[in-house]
Amino acid sequence: MDPLILSRIQFGANISFHILFPTITIALGWVLLFFKLRYNATNDSAWMRAYFTWVKVFALSFAMGVVSGVTMSFQFGTNWPGYMEKVGNIAGPLLAYEILTAFFLEAAFLGIMLFGFRRVSNRVHTLATVLVAGGTTLSAFWIIALNSWMQTPAGFEMIDGKAHAVDWWAIVFNPSMPYRLVHMLLASGLTVSFLIAGLSALRYLNGDRSESMWKALRTGVFTAAILIPIQIFAGDQHGLNTLQHQPQKIAAMEANWTTGANVPLVLFALPDEAAKENKFEIAIPDGASLVLRHSTNGVVPGLDAYPGNHPPVFPLFWSFRIMVGTGLLMLAVSWSAAFFLKRRHSLPKPLAMLMVPMALSGWLATLAGWYTTEIGRQPWLVTGVLKTADAVGPVAGSHVALTLAVYLILYVLLLIAYLGVLVHLALKAAKDGDTSPLPGVMKAALSQPAAGE
Amino acid sequence: MSFDWPTALPLIFAGLMGLAILIYVILDGFDLGIGILFAAAEDSEQDTMIAAIGPFWDANETWLVLAVGLLLVAFPMAHGVILTALYIPVFVLLVGLILRGVAFDFRAKVPSGKKHRWNRIFFLGSVIASLAQGYMLGVYVLGLDVGFGGMAFGVLVAFCLAAAYAAMGAAWVIYKTEGELQKKAVRWLRTALVLTALGMAAVSLATPFASPRIFDKWFVWPEMLYLSPLPILSALLFLWLWRQTFHLPKPDDRHALTPFLTLAAIFVLGFAGLAWSFYPFVVPDKLTIWQAASATESLAIILAGTVVVLPIIIFYSFYAYRVFGGKATDLTYD
Repeated sequence: MDPLILSRIQFGANISFHILFPTITIALGWVLLFFKLRYNATNDSAWMRAYFTWVKVFALSFAMGVVSGVTMSFQFGTNWPGYMEKVGNIAGPLLAYEILTAFFLEAAFLGIMLFGFRRVSNRVHTLATVLVAGGTTLSAFWIIALNSWMQTPAGFEMIDGKAHAVDWWAIVFNPSMPYRLVHMLLASGLTVSFLIAGLSALRYLNGDRSESMWKALRTGVFTAAILIPIQIFAGDQHGLNTLQHQPQKIAAMEANWTTGANVPLVLFALPDEAAKENKFEIAIPDGASLVLRHSTNGVVPGLDAYPGNHPPVFPLFWSFRIMVGTGLLMLAVSWSAAFFLKRRHSLPKPLAMLMVPMALSGWLATLAGWYTTEIGRQPWLVTGVLKTADAVGPVAGSHVALTLAVYLILYVLLLIAYLGVLVHLALKAAKDGDTSPLPGVMKAALSQPAAGE
Repeated sequence: MSFDWPTALPLIFAGLMGLAILIYVILDGFDLGIGILFAAAEDSEQDTMIAAIGPFWDANETWLVLAVGLLLVAFPMAHGVILTALYIPVFVLLVGLILRGVAFDFRAKVPSGKKHRWNRIFFLGSVIASLAQGYMLGVYVLGLDVGFGGMAFGVLVAFCLAAAYAAMGAAWVIYKTEGELQKKAVRWLRTALVLTALGMAAVSLATPFASPRIFDKWFVWPEMLYLSPLPILSALLFLWLWRQTFHLPKPDDRHALTPFLTLAAIFVLGFAGLAWSFYPFVVPDKLTIWQAASATESLAIILAGTVVVLPIIIFYSFYAYRVFGGKATDLTYD
């Protein structure tokens, strides 16, 4: 068995599993802060109930993110030693700063955020929530900086076959970094708002009409409705940035085989890389030229300009369309839900039933988006600097196959358990409604007023 | 002579990495140990034991990420060599860490009928992770030699480290609990100490045979004299702590933290011994810390950040421990 392809599948599986959880924690931290601030301002205990329901989801997601992240930090070495040997001088400091400035901050204050409500003052508890949310976002900043540098490397020179840093500002704020960071932070916001809206819709369908359910539902739906148009705009900008810096990726995403003007926008096709053509193509004439160059006769790069140096077409074409399609569905669902909540103060049952599976739409779009950008970097690990095939380690294929099989089983089981717990927590919250005991009414010394005292 | 950064930086980073590993072993040692002791505890005790580590384990594990991170960023050459050679043990360690890490959270959130399952997974994950760490340490000490003798030595170290972690866990339980559980933890500590001492004696006896290089570093005059305080002091601390287990817990809960601090001191001494055995290699007999180090300008920029941030990290870590100081109560999300 080929250790290269097995290692790629293993890393892909690992990072796909991992990204699910930071995507939740990055934005959920800020949502929790919002719940907390609303509680501080209104003294309405429903906000605190919403906080305590969702802080459990945060804790569980955080734990899943930590353990899968630890796994990844080891896999750099176990499977891809060539990566750090070649570009360690650049990747190293970026990862080090992520650990030093973000990981410890999150981990240390997470304890206080989760379990410290009665042990510290309300102010410190709010501050802990701010620091955890800030830590997760800072962590995203550093890792996106590194990922973007691998896509569009800048600010370095090669000495004796190794990358050396020349300009750290140019390395961190490399050409694709601001676009990718904004796109990812918005993706996280959308993932969390649809998760909250979806699980709240599940509570709604179970007859729960409690204040805490309404508050969470409205927060989820309105946040989604506001973020989705911004995300569509940001995604378009990110695409134009990619066109400028990684045109071969765009060519594969659009399954455009020949460079030229008046390129159609392919809506559906089965790209055939061997024949260099699209089967069963449905396309809008001049569409791609219009979208990418804002002119019907704009010239769009085709795959013929990059022989042997472009990413695989089929997965890129489809992952990109899954992402965009999910985004459009998100737009339709969040805007109609926002309309009904605003005008009718209720939710039609079919819409609520659609919102439940849409709880995971953010995951789907995020994964599809990452597949587009990461597979789109192939055959390079670091564009123009290091090929993926040259970074793989000397480990035997049979070893990688064994570990891959166990990781896959483990991830599937954990994912089932995780989703099971989410549903369990939602149904439990639906059953308790606003009657669940709050910490403030428990027999314990209080360092602060709680539960509307 | 002016200060020579290219020489000094790798040394500084070797020190920082050592510090991160030491802090990790002491901190995650006690929560892994508590996982190991789960098998000997009853249901109600398990909740208290989890409450004793719940707010900390995440931060504890972050020290492992820092240690691996420093290996990765400061010694990229060594990172690849060590981790590819230890491919399977690293994998086993990761599976253990994944299982126990998520079990922490799942056990508190699943319907009560499924809690037992996650308790067992927490125990299993902790045991697997501890054994894998010990095995990796043993194989690493021998220069990543993966012959049969080396593997046997690794297994020996694995059991020794697991016993040591169990002792740490027991010591932490003594500090964080009271009543019956605390008395039980004293007995756990005594048993774990005996097992650890047996393991350490076996490892000490085996090392000179397994690695002539390390033997030569220790048993030459006059180094032997300078180094002698390490084993002697460790042995005295061990004996003293073992005797203490017959007097704990004391009235008014005096000295409840003493066993933990004593064990931490023993870990520091053992670690110093290990460091001496390695120096100046980061991959034994193959790569010195200077051969494996990153470029000076990269190390410098990491050091600049570290000097500023590490004291802050240590400060707020202490703060977090203080917030959750005192005896563990039931852990609730509040």
